Amino acid sequence: MSFPWAEHYEPKHALTKWIDSRLPLPRLVYNAVGAGYPVPRNLNYFWNFGVLAGVALTIQIITGIVLAMHYVAGTDQAFNSVEGIMRDVNQGWMLRYAHMNGASFFFIVVYIHIFRGLFYGSYKAPREMVWLLGVVIFLLMMATGFMGYVLPWGQMSFWGAQVITGFFSAIPVIGDPLHTWLLGGFAPDQATLNRFFSLHYLLPFVIAGVIVLHIWALHIPGSNNPTGVEVKGPQDTVPFHPYYTAKDGFGLGVFLILFAIMTFFYPNAMGHPDNYIPANPLSTPAHIVPEWYFLPFYAILKSFTVNWLWVPAKLWGVVAMFGAIALLFFLPWLDKSPIRSANYRPMYKIAFWILVVDVVILGYVGQAEPKEPNVRIGQFAAMYYFAHFLIIVPIINMFEVPKPLPNSITESVLHGEAAEAAPYGVGAGAAH
Amino acid sequence: MAITHTADDPNQRPPVIGEAKEGGAGPRRRDFLNIAAVSFAGIGAVAVVIPLVNQMNPSADVLALAAIEVDISAIASGQAIKTIWRKQPIFIRNLTPKEIAEADAVPVSSLRDPATLAQRTKEGHKNWLITLGVCTHLGCVPLGAGEGETKGEFGGYFCPCHGSQYDTAARIRKGPAPKNLQVPDYSFKSPTVVQIG
Repeated sequence: MSFPWAEHYEPKHALTKWIDSRLPLPRLVYNAVGAGYPVPRNLNYFWNFGVLAGVALTIQIITGIVLAMHYVAGTDQAFNSVEGIMRDVNQGWMLRYAHMNGASFFFIVVYIHIFRGLFYGSYKAPREMVWLLGVVIFLLMMATGFMGYVLPWGQMSFWGAQVITGFFSAIPVIGDPLHTWLLGGFAPDQATLNRFFSLHYLLPFVIAGVIVLHIWALHIPGSNNPTGVEVKGPQDTVPFHPYYTAKDGFGLGVFLILFAIMTFFYPNAMGHPDNYIPANPLSTPAHIVPEWYFLPFYAILKSFTVNWLWVPAKLWGVVAMFGAIALLFFLPWLDKSPIRSANYRPMYKIAFWILVVDVVILGYVGQAEPKEPNVRIGQFAAMYYFAHFLIIVPIINMFEVPKPLPNSITESVLHGEAAEAAPYGVGAGAAH
Repeated sequence: MAITHTADDPNQRPPVIGEAKEGGAGPRRRDFLNIAAVSFAGIGAVAVVIPLVNQMNPSADVLALAAIEVDISAIASGQAIKTIWRKQPIFIRNLTPKEIAEADAVPVSSLRDPATLAQRTKEGHKNWLITLGVCTHLGCVPLGAGEGETKGEFGGYFCPCHGSQYDTAARIRKGPAPKNLQVPDYSFKSPTVVQIG
């Protein structure tokens, strides 16, 4: 598909020939994950996380459909129906905990997947469309995760629904009607719960559709690799199957072991105990926090405490929070350096790791109490987050002197020292 | 890499399936690892499917079946009541002597599902016909227990879905149903109280 030396699908049996000439579905699979898709030979384990994200979505869809067979989307029955799943349904406790922890693991692998892309310049030409579709998937994931968390109708469910739909009331002029329209009322109630159940069922299939586009877009230029150097010939690639099916299979085994440990031994470690209290519309819990995977964005929202430039703090926070994600859409055009991999970009590499630390700090502030020094730390961390993309990365592009790139993927794999040290575009041995 | 042909080579153990390959050497350790990994993945997949299938079986709250007690003192001769047990209708019918005689007059050998009225009622309570109100064809509730409902050609029950006819002992006489209306497990706690289940 992506390289001329990719093996061609040759149906051997009469049946596969018959099928292939009418519906070339086996050919599509062969070209997507079979020997028909050559992949750079030097991918490290950070390239496992795309497959793991796909597996995590599959786990969520299967366990979710199963849970929906027993769940009742009614304000007076939702909490009890979830308890019924835990107590009465055969293996229901396991299915619910798998779905709960599956959501967390989905976000864990996706965050690693995103930072992998940031480090190795996987968003740069010619892979901008892969990146843009990925950000769309990320937004859909967050919407889906939020609506799923509302369904048990515990305290965190209710007040999460109240707060997150409240974001939209910050929008000037149309905010309040929009807020009422989303809720189907003036506060979260039966209408809200019913529509969230419907949408929580729908969106995973929308995600699956965008994932198809994501993979399709990836297969046009082919996978990036840790050097960021383009594939130059057949010697730089290996067929996806069996080499990367085996490697992904091994990674999947490790992933499932960790997932099983959390699901069976620490099923509530990543949840919030307050969600085991039924929703009470008259009392917000004293320490309300979103799920852990929203914390960095929640910290950015909380950072805006004063009205500024005739814009109220409430609107600033909402705009900044959505802006923090919307910013990612522009990254391929903010980072203009032709060098993809941070391994050959000394300044960018430092900035990348500072950003990782910054996001972790934002996560910490997100769950901390809104008092000094947490507020101040959060404000600086939020400011730095935006500065990284809008100021620091463009400045680095002006001043950075990249390290010499390897001449090819193969040379970097075989550790040809002379070749590795040769300047970009100059053959090995032409020492300067 | 030359394959050393020696049974003492640990890489050639344990022996696996298949014939000798690669110049007479036995199955390699790689073959064993491959088969072991795929087999274990298969077992794991089966283990995952079991709970996904089993969750659709009746849950504990459905299986928590209570026995019910019914006071039958108010049911006059010739009357019937419907009650509910395990989410299914139960017909409790107080047969008249005429209905008992009609049921006893039928030669058992001529029946599709042979049984006498005595076999379908309790000793000393031959007038009490207690059956599930579920047609044995495809599960509709037959008419005949309610006030003013048609009792069919045989004076018992008539199922409106596909026209099965039951007689005064609730035995199938005509239509597509294969069996008589089922008699549940029940016992008389006292002359006027029946425990079903």
